[in-house]
Amino acid sequence: MAEPAAPGGRASTTAPAEPVLEVSGLVKHYPLTQGVLFKKQVGAVRAVDGVDFVLGRGETLGIVGESGCGKSTVAKLLCHLERPTAGTIRYRGEDVTRLSGRALKAVRRNVQMVFQDPYTSLNPRMTVGDIVGEPYEIHPEAAPKGDRRRRVRELLDVVGLDPDYVNRYPHQFSGGQRQRIGIARGLALRPEVIVADEPVSALDVSVQAQVINLMERLQDEFDLSYVFIAHDLSIVRHISDRVGVMYLGRIVETGTDTEIYEHPTHPYTQALLSAVPVPDPEARAHRDRIILSGDVPSPAAVPSGCRFRTRCFKARERCALEVPELAVPAEFRHQQGPAAHDSACLFAAERQVVR
Amino acid sequence: MLLEVRDLHVEFRTRDGAAHAVNGVTYAVDAGETLAVLGESGSGKSVTAQAVMGILDMPPGRITGGEIRFQDRDLLTLKEEERRRVRGAGMAMIFQDALSALNPVLTVGDQLGEMFRVHRGMSRRAARAEAVRLMDRVRIPAAAQRVGDYPHQFSGGMRQRIMIAMALALEPDLIIADEPTTALDVTVQAQVMDLLAELRREYDMGLVLITHDLGVVADVADKIAVMYAGRIVETAPVHDIYKRPAHPYTRGLLDSVPRLDRKGRELYAIKGLPPSLRAVPPGCAFHPRCPMARDVCRTDVPPLYEVSEDRGSACHFWRECLDG
Repeated sequence: MAEPAAPGGRASTTAPAEPVLEVSGLVKHYPLTQGVLFKKQVGAVRAVDGVDFVLGRGETLGIVGESGCGKSTVAKLLCHLERPTAGTIRYRGEDVTRLSGRALKAVRRNVQMVFQDPYTSLNPRMTVGDIVGEPYEIHPEAAPKGDRRRRVRELLDVVGLDPDYVNRYPHQFSGGQRQRIGIARGLALRPEVIVADEPVSALDVSVQAQVINLMERLQDEFDLSYVFIAHDLSIVRHISDRVGVMYLGRIVETGTDTEIYEHPTHPYTQALLSAVPVPDPEARAHRDRIILSGDVPSPAAVPSGCRFRTRCFKARERCALEVPELAVPAEFRHQQGPAAHDSACLFAAERQVVR
Repeated sequence: MLLEVRDLHVEFRTRDGAAHAVNGVTYAVDAGETLAVLGESGSGKSVTAQAVMGILDMPPGRITGGEIRFQDRDLLTLKEEERRRVRGAGMAMIFQDALSALNPVLTVGDQLGEMFRVHRGMSRRAARAEAVRLMDRVRIPAAAQRVGDYPHQFSGGMRQRIMIAMALALEPDLIIADEPTTALDVTVQAQVMDLLAELRREYDMGLVLITHDLGVVADVADKIAVMYAGRIVETAPVHDIYKRPAHPYTRGLLDSVPRLDRKGRELYAIKGLPPSLRAVPPGCAFHPRCPMARDVCRTDVPPLYEVSEDRGSACHFWRECLDG
């Protein structure tokens, strides 16, 4: 089990000035049961297993990782679509995991989500106006009734859609336009935080850039904080101020984008970065590629000690016995510079894999 | 030349009129060579491949013109029976989604073995042994034990290896891989692409790699054909195209990749959307989105101009584009 860190107790190298969200010791286990009449728990899928991070105001935190690493579960927990098994999520200092009813509803307004698949996250039977305006039905205090139509038109304009489209249906739009509708809906309640779970991965390359630019513009305009979850490392680097790398339910390395991309010290981060195809044929020859063996283990049977050890090219005996802590590794602790950032590896060492 | 596609036209009959999915595509692959066909969804890259393989649904699809020459035979004039012999033994295809390409109610051993039973007339036992050998070849651990497993019992990366094994079974001369790693994670993608490249070298096969990923192309391809709205807009050796694209669409794609020196600034974005294939713009199909478009682009369809001996660009102003 993860040792939940005392909130704010860890000396992070890059603590943001004005924290909006503080997550500590976040755990989500899904029970595995056996038996029909008498259900008995035989194990658990440890989807999220001890995650800590702080999100500052106006900041973008990128979370990268492969499928099954728990990044989408983190997104759901942040938006209260799931209740955590343990741990706290503080929004402006207040622990929101214990809230319910009216108090929860009030907090929820401030954390909104943009989903991955613009084809299934919009109700096909609702008009665009109804979709974007629906948050006002749930939170009537956000906008007086007579004003909603106007606000919806404004929102469409803000995300670069023609306000006259309010009466159209989702199927009349392309993927990129649908994602803009999803973003407009996310903005409707003027939230402080937007959790975007793979917002561009279903889009064509030429359209991805449009949506990324839109999100960056909106961040400046509305002073938004983003949790940006994606598996595309180059897009995450472009948009993020800080990046957390997840593996099997935990963050294994975190730091500023330069620290993570240019001075990674965790072997998983290094392997992940080295596996990303670089759109430059000249780079083919002088790349340091680390090919991992095997697949990500099942989160229902997490390896002992360091959970990456079964695929790690550096694994030794100690790795099976000790759970590495997410902190600045001892060898970098007294050193200034970009290599001194949190990395959960017992044998952390710098290795440049991209140039 | 192993495979030559010449001026291929494919259309789909739909209720709202004909959709011209492929409008005169020409490309060629030699043995031991990797051609990457790069394009966004709806560009016609997969339809072209399906026409080459002979697995296009007809109707609603229809090949309205062109030639597909494979080892100096025009495939479009062959009888279905002869075509079937080419498929599998001559050329094979790897699909994007291995879970839906494999039969869920047959073991992988049965599915791999079927290739040998149907094409080579082997016995059940011999086919099984061949299946194990193949699984071993694509580095599936404990192949002999896993040959009786069903597709759902394998991970995504392992399933894609089984797809590759199936394509390799009869040692074809050409492999068409349609987005073979799009559904996979990057670390697994690296494993699969590595394997594919190694096998291609070993068997001296031609490889047509269909993808939308500029990174994957740069990693493995020898030459590229960039498709847009059913046409090839640029074709070139891989090194040339990344350094100096000769078509504004290629340039736009390359520029929209996030790069270090552009952090904190706007990404370059190609404006607008790819056109509907039922209403391809007149003239150059890219002109409504093109920053260089002029009057002639709205009226005249650009031919594939010869940029150099092994390069072509379907842009009236390719010289300007080349000079940046």
